[in-house]
Amino acid sequence: MVDAPEPFWIRERRLGAGITVIGLIATFVFGSLAESKTARFTLSADASGAAISINGQVGAILFGLITVALGVVMLTGRARRWQTLLLSLGILAFVLSFLCWQVAGKFLPLVDTLDGSLEYALPLILGALAGVLGERSGVVNVAIEGQFLMGAFGAALVGTLATSVWAGLISAMVGGVIIAAMLAVLAIRFLVDQVVVGIVLNLFALGITGFLYERLMQPNALKYNQPPKMPEWKIPGLSHIPVIGPVLFDANLLVWLALILVPVIHLALKNTRWGLRTRAVGEHPTAADTVGVRVRGLRYVNVLLGGVIAGAGGAYFTLVSTGAFNKNMTAGAGFIALAALIFGRWTPFGALGAALFFGFAQKLAYYLSVAGSPVPNQFLNMLPYIATIIAVAGLVGRVRAPAADGVPYVKS
Amino acid sequence: MVGGGQLSSVASGQEIPLRLELRGITKRFGDLVANDHIDITVEPGEVHALLGENGAGKSTLMNQLYGLLQPDEGEILVDGEAKVFRSPRDAIAAGIGMVHQHFMLVPVFTVAENIALGAEDVRGGPLGILDRRRNRRDVLETSQKYGLPVDPDALVENLPVGAQQRVEIVKALTRDVDLLILDEPTAVLTPQETDELLAVMRSLAETGKSIVFITHKLREVKAIADRITVIRRGRTVATASPDTSEDELAALMVGRDVSLEVSKGPAEPGRDVLKISGLIVDDDRGVRAVDGVDLTVRAGEVLGVAGVQGNGQTELVEAIIGLRGIRAGSMELDNESLAGMGTKKILHSGVGYIPEDRSHDGVVKEFSVAENLVLDMYDRPPFGNAFRLNAKAVADNAGERVGQFDIRTTSAEHAVSTLSGGNQQKVVVAREMSRPLRLMIASQPTRGVDVGSIEFIHNQIIHERDSGTAVLVVSSELDEVVGLADRIAVMYRGRILATVSPDMPREEIGLLMAGITSAPQEDAE
Amino acid sequence: MSTEVAEKPAPPKPKQDSFLALFLKNLWSANTVTVTVLSIFLALVIGAVLIVISDSDVLSKFSYFTARPSDALNASWDLISSAYADLFKGAILDPASIQAWADGTGTWQAALNPISETLTYATPLVFTGLSVAIAFRGGLFNIGGQGQAVIGCVLGAVAGFAFSLPAGIHLIVALLFGLIGGALWGFLPGLLKARAGAHEVITTIMLNYVATLFLGWLILQKGVQDPNRSDAISKAVKSTAVLPALPSPLRVHLGIVLAVLVTAGVAWLINRSSFGFELRAVGVNPPAAKTAGMSVARTYTLLMVVAGGLAGLGGAVQVLGTADKLTAQVAGNIGFDGLLVALLGRNKPWGTLLAAILYGALRAGGNLMQVDVGISLELVTVLQALIVIFIAAPALVKAIFQLRAARAARLGASLAKGW
Repeated sequence: MVDAPEPFWIRERRLGAGITVIGLIATFVFGSLAESKTARFTLSADASGAAISINGQVGAILFGLITVALGVVMLTGRARRWQTLLLSLGILAFVLSFLCWQVAGKFLPLVDTLDGSLEYALPLILGALAGVLGERSGVVNVAIEGQFLMGAFGAALVGTLATSVWAGLISAMVGGVIIAAMLAVLAIRFLVDQVVVGIVLNLFALGITGFLYERLMQPNALKYNQPPKMPEWKIPGLSHIPVIGPVLFDANLLVWLALILVPVIHLALKNTRWGLRTRAVGEHPTAADTVGVRVRGLRYVNVLLGGVIAGAGGAYFTLVSTGAFNKNMTAGAGFIALAALIFGRWTPFGALGAALFFGFAQKLAYYLSVAGSPVPNQFLNMLPYIATIIAVAGLVGRVRAPAADGVPYVKS
Repeated sequence: MVGGGQLSSVASGQEIPLRLELRGITKRFGDLVANDHIDITVEPGEVHALLGENGAGKSTLMNQLYGLLQPDEGEILVDGEAKVFRSPRDAIAAGIGMVHQHFMLVPVFTVAENIALGAEDVRGGPLGILDRRRNRRDVLETSQKYGLPVDPDALVENLPVGAQQRVEIVKALTRDVDLLILDEPTAVLTPQETDELLAVMRSLAETGKSIVFITHKLREVKAIADRITVIRRGRTVATASPDTSEDELAALMVGRDVSLEVSKGPAEPGRDVLKISGLIVDDDRGVRAVDGVDLTVRAGEVLGVAGVQGNGQTELVEAIIGLRGIRAGSMELDNESLAGMGTKKILHSGVGYIPEDRSHDGVVKEFSVAENLVLDMYDRPPFGNAFRLNAKAVADNAGERVGQFDIRTTSAEHAVSTLSGGNQQKVVVAREMSRPLRLMIASQPTRGVDVGSIEFIHNQIIHERDSGTAVLVVSSELDEVVGLADRIAVMYRGRILATVSPDMPREEIGLLMAGITSAPQEDAE
Repeated sequence: MSTEVAEKPAPPKPKQDSFLALFLKNLWSANTVTVTVLSIFLALVIGAVLIVISDSDVLSKFSYFTARPSDALNASWDLISSAYADLFKGAILDPASIQAWADGTGTWQAALNPISETLTYATPLVFTGLSVAIAFRGGLFNIGGQGQAVIGCVLGAVAGFAFSLPAGIHLIVALLFGLIGGALWGFLPGLLKARAGAHEVITTIMLNYVATLFLGWLILQKGVQDPNRSDAISKAVKSTAVLPALPSPLRVHLGIVLAVLVTAGVAWLINRSSFGFELRAVGVNPPAAKTAGMSVARTYTLLMVVAGGLAGLGGAVQVLGTADKLTAQVAGNIGFDGLLVALLGRNKPWGTLLAAILYGALRAGGNLMQVDVGISLELVTVLQALIVIFIAAPALVKAIFQLRAARAARLGASLAKGW
């Protein structure tokens, strides 16, 4: 091969430059704003008990400098193999620097933070998994929000009428499936643009749940809108493990369902006939068709399964979180789930990670607003959206959707 | 409804059991009759060539045989039994396999995964867990049995086309096919790879498998086929034996005596118009596609670039026209650098461009003929300016060009998608050749075009040369390059291996296309 | 899939159709109008079912349906007819108020009020609808109309209460601010699409939320928040920047005139301008556009700037015409409604204008329906969504009416594209 000069600004260097810049911001801005008081990170749900303590200002500067160092390593362009690790560490150090600044002179209960992050993340995980199922087989699902709403509504209505949380959960799944079925029929059978269908179905779900809420639930909440709450189960022994015990093993069924579904879907996609065919249909449907795979049938199955999962995610809002249905109560969570799906690069574990990250951002926003932080919580709440924009713009590695995602399959 | 199939049905099932019989297959797309009562019989162990030019209806026919399309009329009989193929599943069950012209492989899957897909080895009962080990073993077994080396663990997207084709054939063979359809399998192969494929086909036939070989290349048909069915405009026009001469086959194929030669006088080369040196270009995946090319095209001559598709021709042309950035080297048009100039400016400075993929790059199918005729001049007087279009000038221009270039359409206001392939290509040719040019670049100028239009387009290219334009023709059809060019540059793996005269024996050009140079090649690493 | 077809097929035998069959066929192929009318009809039917099943009084009459079906049917009919009559009265005209005007007991304002309301609701939708429509023609799906409109509201309002300028000029400046704000909010996804290939659907969805959160923060800031209020509400726009309206209580304002002018402008831009030629080419075949020397990246960016500007103008018209101060809900749902409006108008400028007026009418009528028979305004959202679902799947509508199946080519596949 004839030699040609390699461009200097390869992706690693660009990322390194970015990390260095945020590291400098952390060091100087966070460092100078932080009070020189102890920041306590307690290992419990309140201010008591053992804690990790650090001087806020020192911590902010220290972690800022670590961020800068990691950025500089990437800038040298010599650590391409470790790029993802360095990037994650850089972002982590930045977040820690930020926390040191914010928590200086106060305390941050870690168990409560983790618990809250997981709770915020819960519907996001389920919604994003629903998206994974549909999109890996080639059907774009922007109707997660609508599936959430229908799920939440179904859970509240049937849960109240049957006074059973389980009947509520099943109805939530049915609610999700109704929207999924409309999406599937319109997108697969009638070849309507999948993004258009998704958006319109969201409005449809918003309208119909809002309409029925105002007609049925509002006038007679006792009869229609007082579902039982999902019980929290404690697993003896395991729930006493410090920090993760109370978070993971003193929880409701939905948490376990979400956490189990992640590896299950991951393994199934990778190692089963269904998974191989799903991926083939999402990448190259014609190739799958020519070897006898039922392209449309598989897409129907996956979208409907997704509806079940997203519907269960909707149940979170009424059976776990607030205990009653309200108009437009999901307030865009379906779109954050979509963001988690994309940010997680259409993989179950990626979606889990993204959902937890976004859940953490939401929890932190809540904590900061309660703690009277000068940082407006609206800006922290923007984090999932901005992170997703950065991800799709290719600044943090290229995200690639399945090749046939959103493309209806028409023979010949 | 059986049309014209009576004779063969009487003969079938007697001494020779027929592997496959098609009776009166008819397929319409709207008003278009793609297949018009086609009858074909294939015997066991036979290599049956289906010969026809582009658009004759060969692929449509085979897609019906493979269950991708359903015939409107007619019957398909496999081993004497009438079958209805609603989907490829049914065809596979009946022992039919197909290697498509565009490979049906999932690029991000491994070879083994692609071969397993649809016929997976699984364990774990209803869980359907993939048995990768068994799958891998099956692949290797089939691969060794038929002498088709494939690496089961390689990702398909990283394989060269020749290897991908082997994967396709292995994929079909692991499904125990009795009848294998190969749709234009040699289009992407070098002459040497083609010979290897023909040998594989022969040995498969000897094991008793039947092969339907779809092609428009006469040479290959004569080399391999036991029988030849010629299809023209959706109809069977003849069943011939391989003894039939090439000229006769060609005449059957296109329906009249055709001269495969392009008539032209000697070139009168003038100044150097396009000078390229040391050009390096990467493809979309960042892999080196053009690897240090030097080329000169002179006014009044046709420089033909020969080579098997995928050896960097596409990227070379895209770089010249400004559609693709370059990594190193220089490109000059009359001593002015083209690098970084931008496609629009290059086109406006007297470069004409016929892209290789007409429907993808050449025309906007939803636009009218008139709009397509100004597609790269819409913001220039008289058609318009930076702000507005001059609808009247656009329409007037269309009226003129439609007559001049013999574009067959009822109205210039009709969408280009309503035109035949040949007429669509004439729209592109008319657009690019109706302004003063210094350089004309024609990439695969007659791909998917009927014979009448091929002659017309070839004559236009020669006419452009004779008016003093420098012409660069890129084609993977060696016949076309030899017919048009005054000099031929043979491209292989991103490099020009040699520039030769069109009078050079075809076999030697073929060797060059396969990367084999007679003189020991100096390696400029 | 590649399918070869014969170059010149033999002409098919012309079938002898009866005159009626031919007439129906032609009516049917006049797809747009027929499908639109049928879609609206279907949506209203489903809406009627929803009205009945959500009314416990009527529903209780169905419990003895077999004994006395007339009770249930009459009650249902009464409810549906009064609901839909209100929809009409609230949107177009109320015969009673016309009668009153004619008798001299009512005012002309009361008679014209329904139309005024319809146009008031329609006005911002024209802008957001055009925003979506023009982007769609260029192959981009602008789901960010909502965010662009929010930013348009914000900048329009801020210019409206922060500056002191003579009447007229102040209005123009405020409108321009809204336009520029929306354009900036559209520029960002356009640039990301052009430079990095970031899918505009994702980026615009995300930017919607960023805009809404930004608005939520801004209206609580000093200098923006109404000093006399503790809740999230801004100062009112100065009278010099308010769009002139008809005398109270009529609310329709100059915005609707602006909307018609802008529609004409967009129609010219798409069909008669060089940029329109480019965006249409890029919209259906970007590689061919690129090969012909057009800059796809530039077209995408510019297109999103234009689309964002239109939505931003819609937001500014909303705040300067009807809302006159910022609240968290100032932009309502005009961005998403604009999406439906554009789809209903088939992405054609004048079609979008008509669709916006239809949606405005549904909204205005829905208000009366809610007040009068107590049927939630949300029903209108359901109707709007259903109409578009049916419009987008013409084959579904035809299947429901059991008429000739639409050809596959007519299905909405041309709209489809992946991430």
